[in-house]
Amino acid sequence: MFVLSGYDAFLGFLLISAAVPVLAIVANKLLAPRSRRGERELTYESGMEPIGGAWIQFNIRYYMFALVFVIFDVETVFLYPWAVAFHRLGLLAFIEALVFIAILVVALAYAWRKGALEWS
Amino acid sequence: MVSTPAPGTAPGLDAAAGLDLQASFESLLQGLGLSPGAAHLLWLPLPMVLVLVAAVVGVLVNVWLERKISAAVQQRIGPEYAGALGILQPMADGLKLVFKEDIIPARADGLLFTLGPVLVLIPVILSWLVVPFGQNLLISNVGVGIFLWISLSSIQPIGLLMSGYASNNKYSLLGGLRAAAQSISYEIPLALAVLAVVMMSNSLSTVDIVDQQTGAGILSWNIWRQPVGFLIFWICALAECERLPFDLPEAEEELVAGYQTEYAGMKFALFYLGSYINLVLSALLVSVLYLGGWGFPLPVEWLASWLGQPIDAPVVQVITASVGIVMTVLKAYLLVFLAILLRWTTPRVRIDQLLDLGWKFLLPIALVNLLVTAGLKLAFPAFFGG
Repeated sequence: MFVLSGYDAFLGFLLISAAVPVLAIVANKLLAPRSRRGERELTYESGMEPIGGAWIQFNIRYYMFALVFVIFDVETVFLYPWAVAFHRLGLLAFIEALVFIAILVVALAYAWRKGALEWS
Repeated sequence: MVSTPAPGTAPGLDAAAGLDLQASFESLLQGLGLSPGAAHLLWLPLPMVLVLVAAVVGVLVNVWLERKISAAVQQRIGPEYAGALGILQPMADGLKLVFKEDIIPARADGLLFTLGPVLVLIPVILSWLVVPFGQNLLISNVGVGIFLWISLSSIQPIGLLMSGYASNNKYSLLGGLRAAAQSISYEIPLALAVLAVVMMSNSLSTVDIVDQQTGAGILSWNIWRQPVGFLIFWICALAECERLPFDLPEAEEELVAGYQTEYAGMKFALFYLGSYINLVLSALLVSVLYLGGWGFPLPVEWLASWLGQPIDAPVVQVITASVGIVMTVLKAYLLVFLAILLRWTTPRVRIDQLLDLGWKFLLPIALVNLLVTAGLKLAFPAFFGG
């Protein structure tokens, strides 16, 4: 069932760590009082009655950061096998990674110049 | 607590095999007439429950330390009535939260609201799978090791975003978005800093990473070969844990409590637990990656020869294993102490400063650090793990 060693423990621990929050919430449901009435269910807005909801069209400024993140996250994932096998690959792999990173640094510089990394 | 060595163990490391509780436990059960599979199944939950209890106790100690140290910083006494020196205070806090009413706001999305804290907590606990306290003292020495932690830690922002959105509260939404932006900004320098360590140990397994740092005691720890990586990792770990110079997602003066604003009772406790487990986990991983893990500042061989025992004698193995656990925890709590002190002595950065630090400073530095490590490994293979 498990081709690689050690992953049966992963599955077991996944179940155990998922049981922790579930048990905690169930215990809370059983032990805690319930008194659902009126205003305690309002969302908090500094003591005022909330004006409108939060589910509105909203300018997410982090959008550009998220795009740049995707690029660099994929880059790091590519670099992991390179780093693990580096002792067997030698100088050529170093130069290849240098070229690879240089291309991405150019991309970072471009995003930087274009203002994708600005908060304003 | 696992006997199977990771595939691709770095050659040339003749560290003592150390205690192997799993092998002895399973052979004992097989001696009682159980099949190997059944013995393995009986063994599996033991280290998991042990690690879970250790993590929770670690959090309780951490909360107590946080309150005591913050009190000392501000010249107060801090908790002192619950148990000696207030040591039972965190337990009392937790118990109080179990008995508190769970309120889901009328206009919130109930399902996502409940799922958010659960999704934050599970990956943080699951990451303890790869935290080693000794040569065989971990739940499972999986081959991908440290990479498992990096991939699990990227699930957390989804939970934060989910709870921020589901609350239908403006503060929560802003806090959730900030949390997601912060953790994606600091994940890349973090992964690149880990990458440099991985390159030096030729393996992703946490056990191999520590093994590579044994030999000359304190001098062979990675912090001397990766000082820049250590700083990058520590800054990013603080940012990922949302500790105070970087606690923007829950900045109380601006956002009330960020994504936690609408949470009460157990779900709030889950966030609280998650953030403290994450802090202890990060401190443990810093000690594994940079401070020699379970390694003693002096080489183990010296200690064994000082005791006049061969290195694989049972007495020496028990002593080194217990000293190893103590060393790991000691190093981790030294870092936790540093994090608490930082929290109570530094001001919060602004969101633009936070993003600038991540993208315009740490990311280029981390790339340079990685390339310099690769270059040095080519030039001096003996010092950088062959």
